Amino acid sequence: MSIDFVVHDADDAVGVVVVEGVTAGQKLTGWIMDQDKTLADFVVLGAIPIGHKLAIRDLQEGDAVIKYGVDIGRVVKPIRKGEHLHVHNVKTKRW
Amino acid sequence: MEIKDRKFMGYRRENGRVGVRNHVIVLPVDDISNAAAEAVANNIKGAIALPHPYGRLQFGEDLELHFRTLIGTGCNPNVAAVIVIGIEPGWTGRVVDGIRASGKPVEGFWIEQNGDHNTICSASRKAREFVQNATELQREECDISELWVSTKCGESDTTSGCGANPTVGNAFDKLYAQGCTLVFGETSELTGGEHLVAERCSTPAVREKFQFMFDRYAAMIDRWKTSDLSESQPTKGNIEGGLTTIEEKALGNIQKIGKQCRVDGVLDKAEAPTGSGLWFMDSSSAAAEMVTLCAAAGYVVHLFPTGQGNVIGNPILPVIKICANPRTFRTMGEHIDVDVSGLLRREINMDEAGNKLLEMTLRTANGRNTCAEALGHREFVLTRLFESA
Repeated sequence: MSIDFVVHDADDAVGVVVVEGVTAGQKLTGWIMDQDKTLADFVVLGAIPIGHKLAIRDLQEGDAVIKYGVDIGRVVKPIRKGEHLHVHNVKTKRW
Repeated sequence: MEIKDRKFMGYRRENGRVGVRNHVIVLPVDDISNAAAEAVANNIKGAIALPHPYGRLQFGEDLELHFRTLIGTGCNPNVAAVIVIGIEPGWTGRVVDGIRASGKPVEGFWIEQNGDHNTICSASRKAREFVQNATELQREECDISELWVSTKCGESDTTSGCGANPTVGNAFDKLYAQGCTLVFGETSELTGGEHLVAERCSTPAVREKFQFMFDRYAAMIDRWKTSDLSESQPTKGNIEGGLTTIEEKALGNIQKIGKQCRVDGVLDKAEAPTGSGLWFMDSSSAAAEMVTLCAAAGYVVHLFPTGQGNVIGNPILPVIKICANPRTFRTMGEHIDVDVSGLLRREINMDEAGNKLLEMTLRTANGRNTCAEALGHREFVLTRLFESA
């Protein structure tokens, strides 16, 4: 089965889109690399460019975003499962 | 591919170190000697000039770094011989003496009381002699443990962290086991994952020195910053590629040191390591600066993972590009030496990707030109610490 997005670790909050042309409403297949598991029929809420992230669970303002099993920043606007997660809704906790 | 017992064909230098290229370089001490250096390289086919914008009125630690970088570049085993040109004899002689300690042929020329014409004429005569001698040198069989390999990534995106960077990590684990001398750096780009690097340090003393270097860099950023650095670190290109925060970028970056390597020592910028193993070098995260520092520290092959497609090269250090982003490989494939996009389609596993990179590393060591070499990328960029006096 071809892979549309990858997740480093089962506890992560995000996946990375690894194919071009993902559009709203599309059903994607994800691969959790560390546990070698597949996520089937994952619905994406908007267009997401290759390399960009989607939330794989709902996140509230102030939540930590976990990727590689580590905190990569704080949520500054609520993010729904399947939504594009990037600089518009997540900021660094450093600097 | 089994890396154990593999050999490569290298140039053994006067001090016993092994190079994989055989350059004769014309090295200006200062900005105003660039024109003469470039004229010599234009006269003598096979000599390359390394122009740069610095070397005047620097002082203190910044001046020490300038000399360490120039002398280290001249001493690099990828260099057969060196012509040094400066405006005056004093600092020119300091660079010449530093390079001469490696035992390789070096000669200095200065412009004051000679002018550009006479300097170019006498330096060209010596450069011709150096090139003709260098072209008679033969490669010989060398053990894999004699290979010094550096790494730094650039224009990273999220595919770097899940594809190209762990491919380097896999290769580093295998080279480490063979007793190679390795280095990584990019101090600011560990922010958010610095605790993971600290945990990998082999002794408490190494860990303490690593933390000192990290804190020193962080203090510099705190002194000068006017924002959260977004668009500088991560860069605008990183953000275009999907990286959101420095923490995310750092965690991807750290994949390059694999799973088994220990951090055996810590180097200041352009400082040469004193033994084998994995070293951390305090360094800028800007590609051309970091790769120039690796060359000055004596490394002879560089592994450079990229996501969005950084096109960097170096005049003396072959830079091997690794990429897992299929769009980058499709749109700018002439810059990519090793395509590992199959990782993200589950067509190959990490062990296979690492072996593919090691095979290209050995081919490059044996003489194959990298994409950056074939395309003429010769970025030589000196790191500055502060203003000139």
